[in-house]
Amino acid sequence: MEHNIWIYILVMAAVTYLIRVTPLILIRSEIKNQTVRSFLYYVPYVTLAVMTVPAIIDATNSPIAGGAALVVGIILAAFGKSMFTVAVVCPVVVILIEFILTKL
Amino acid sequence: MKIKALIKEGIRDGFPIFLAYFAVSFALGIAAGKVGFSALQAFVVSLTNNASAGEYAGISLVGVSAGYLEVALMVFIANARYFLMSCTLSQKFSPETPFFHRLIIGYAITDEIFAANIGRKGYIEPAYSYGVMGMAMPGWAFGTALGVIAGDVLPSFAVSALSVALFGMFIAIIIPPAMKNKVIAALVLVSFALSTAANKLPLFDGISQGIKTILLTVVISLAAALVRPIPSDVDCE
Repeated sequence: MEHNIWIYILVMAAVTYLIRVTPLILIRSEIKNQTVRSFLYYVPYVTLAVMTVPAIIDATNSPIAGGAALVVGIILAAFGKSMFTVAVVCPVVVILIEFILTKL
Repeated sequence: MKIKALIKEGIRDGFPIFLAYFAVSFALGIAAGKVGFSALQAFVVSLTNNASAGEYAGISLVGVSAGYLEVALMVFIANARYFLMSCTLSQKFSPETPFFHRLIIGYAITDEIFAANIGRKGYIEPAYSYGVMGMAMPGWAFGTALGVIAGDVLPSFAVSALSVALFGMFIAIIIPPAMKNKVIAALVLVSFALSTAANKLPLFDGISQGIKTILLTVVISLAAALVRPIPSDVDCE
């Protein structure tokens, strides 16, 4: 089946907007259910972790470079470096490692 | 006059968000360009979605020609947290505020813009929210479009390196809370391990990328919610 990028965009936009606006339209009180609240609280961490590994290792020309970027990124973030710093340093690590690897 | 001052304040608070969005969405644009988005399509997808994880999840599924329903489900799961933010935000609307403001302000519930709105005392003042939105959101859309263009002209080693920037951003979101909260730390490690297993073991080859991400997210988050429910006073942020 042939897929159209504009339809993908429409689907994504519609789903995202409905998620954002439905509670504002319908729900006038806070969600009390503990399990639902906990689930929604954990989802962003889990989904970001799942999307990062092993994808970061597969994204680079050399898996070693991606792996190094992952480790360096985690260390920087653990020491409280900003999102901007981590997002800039990770690609620099990849460039350095891949450069070194081509020289070996 | 009061409205003007509120818009001004919103623009002031929106400016750092604009800068951050511009830098980060650049990496998203690289990813979008890789799977065939034009600069215009990337601009539109960012303008209409205003999401990082959800947008990336959707774009990467477009890259493997996933079905529309699969993309819808993936975007739904990845953006589920906005649902909770929206619930929280609904508490901040005065009964006096005309209803249509909810429809517009809801459009821009992102982690950062939500935080700006929640950080204010008292009820939502739509003029302030529009200032923040109007300032911050174009950064996301223009940055994405520029990322696509850069991905076209940069040499392949640079694109390979830049595609990692987005993961760097994800790492910067999940690691600091993991340092403070053992449950989140454990969740991140479990997610890394199970995701690697699901993608590397031949056993799971038949399952599409999107379904894997959805299943892993739902199963791990639900398990955590049942085993370690959050205390009731924890904010949803």
